Amino acid sequence: MQVNGYKPLIVAFCCNWCSYAGADLAGNNRLSYPADVKIIRVPCSCRVNPMFILRAFQRGADGVIICGCHPGDCHYTSGNYYTRRRMAMLFSMLDYLGIERERTRVEWVSAAEGAKFAATMNDFAEKVAALGENKRLEDLRCKQ
Amino acid sequence: MQAITREQLINKAVALLADGTVKYVLGWKKGEFDYDITPAVFETAEELNADFVWNDFCGANFSKYLVAKTRKLDGKILVFLKPCDTYSFNQLLTEHRFDRDKVYAVGIPCNGMADIAKVKEVCGDGISSIATEGDALAVTTIYDDEPVKVAVESVLAERCLNCKSKKHVAYDELMGEDGDTLDSNRFDEVAKLEAMTPDERFAFWQNELSRCIRCNACRDVCPACTCEKCVFDNPTSGVENKAPANSFEEKMFHIIRAFHVAGRCTDCGECSRVCPQNIPLHLLNRKFIKDINEFYGEYQAGAEVGSRAPLVNYTTEDLEPGEVFDRRDTNA
Repeated sequence: MQVNGYKPLIVAFCCNWCSYAGADLAGNNRLSYPADVKIIRVPCSCRVNPMFILRAFQRGADGVIICGCHPGDCHYTSGNYYTRRRMAMLFSMLDYLGIERERTRVEWVSAAEGAKFAATMNDFAEKVAALGENKRLEDLRCKQ
Repeated sequence: MQAITREQLINKAVALLADGTVKYVLGWKKGEFDYDITPAVFETAEELNADFVWNDFCGANFSKYLVAKTRKLDGKILVFLKPCDTYSFNQLLTEHRFDRDKVYAVGIPCNGMADIAKVKEVCGDGISSIATEGDALAVTTIYDDEPVKVAVESVLAERCLNCKSKKHVAYDELMGEDGDTLDSNRFDEVAKLEAMTPDERFAFWQNELSRCIRCNACRDVCPACTCEKCVFDNPTSGVENKAPANSFEEKMFHIIRAFHVAGRCTDCGECSRVCPQNIPLHLLNRKFIKDINEFYGEYQAGAEVGSRAPLVNYTTEDLEPGEVFDRRDTNA
């Protein structure tokens, strides 16, 4: 994904049980998605602390996406319900501080949805690339 | 002017000390200046008569002090709670942060507290003394011996102008009249910000939050922030102090600070009161409260002991994070 030579850096937090396997399936099926998407595996989407997201932005990520099991399918029964509430609050707060709302997203991807994973990442990378470099959230101390 | 006098409070404290109900009294005393009132522990009637203060600057919420004091002191503690303090008191009880049996809570009415920043706007800096005269404050500065009269009404703190409740939700004994919960306009300011464009909002918060000096006073005073180990005290986290540049750093601190108390914040407004840079921090907390009310139903933290905070709860029908904005855009 490239817009005027700019390639966004995207951090994807994927839950071990669904979305990470979904990413694996996308790879097995030879579906392409941007190489700029860096996947971080987490045991459950509710492991994602709001600080992880903000730290990712501080260190130069242009977009952060959290992927988990579909509500109701959580490996730990209820983890993603908590994620859903937390991220709704956090995204609303980021918007309140004037940060572009397209830079963050939550998507539910099951282990069988390799195609959805690839499509989601393509779409997200495109949206973030259109926004351009993340200037509002970067922290020069943290950038290499 | 407050509905209850200093003498009444001292008499109550002395009586409770004398009959052995309590061993300590958590009260206010004068700090460096007349408007700089700090919490203090009193043990005798002499100490109370000498140092106890009750005036329009006694804004400190004592609930949080109980966490440390009930552990440190062996004996019952008398604590004076204003209506908004009682919400924090309940919230801390819900979280099992102190031993209720070691506390004797006396509810006292409150007519709102004065904001020294507003007084300074009227009288200027260099305040040497402030005395209460009926409904006014008599303020003397080092430049002028003649006191300036300022009506307390005109310098009420923002949190008191939008007071949410005059009702005590927890007490062992009540002094004076109990009030009721009020319909306040406390979300108006938040709604005003929401109506701005993202660029305006960013500029607003950049302007406000870049003044932050990371003194951590907002965290230290917050009755909901009672973790013994705070993420912002971790020297290896890289976020424990202030960045020497305009960066996202202080915004991240304030987002995380507000997020950690989201759903548990009783909106007591202490964060804004103690901020040495006068940053309207309550606007971040109120945004979370407003969102919680809109997304998950009305919830007032601390209204009752044992209620489940919205962020440690869920329903299968909750709205998706992506729908947050659709919803707002259609409402606007």
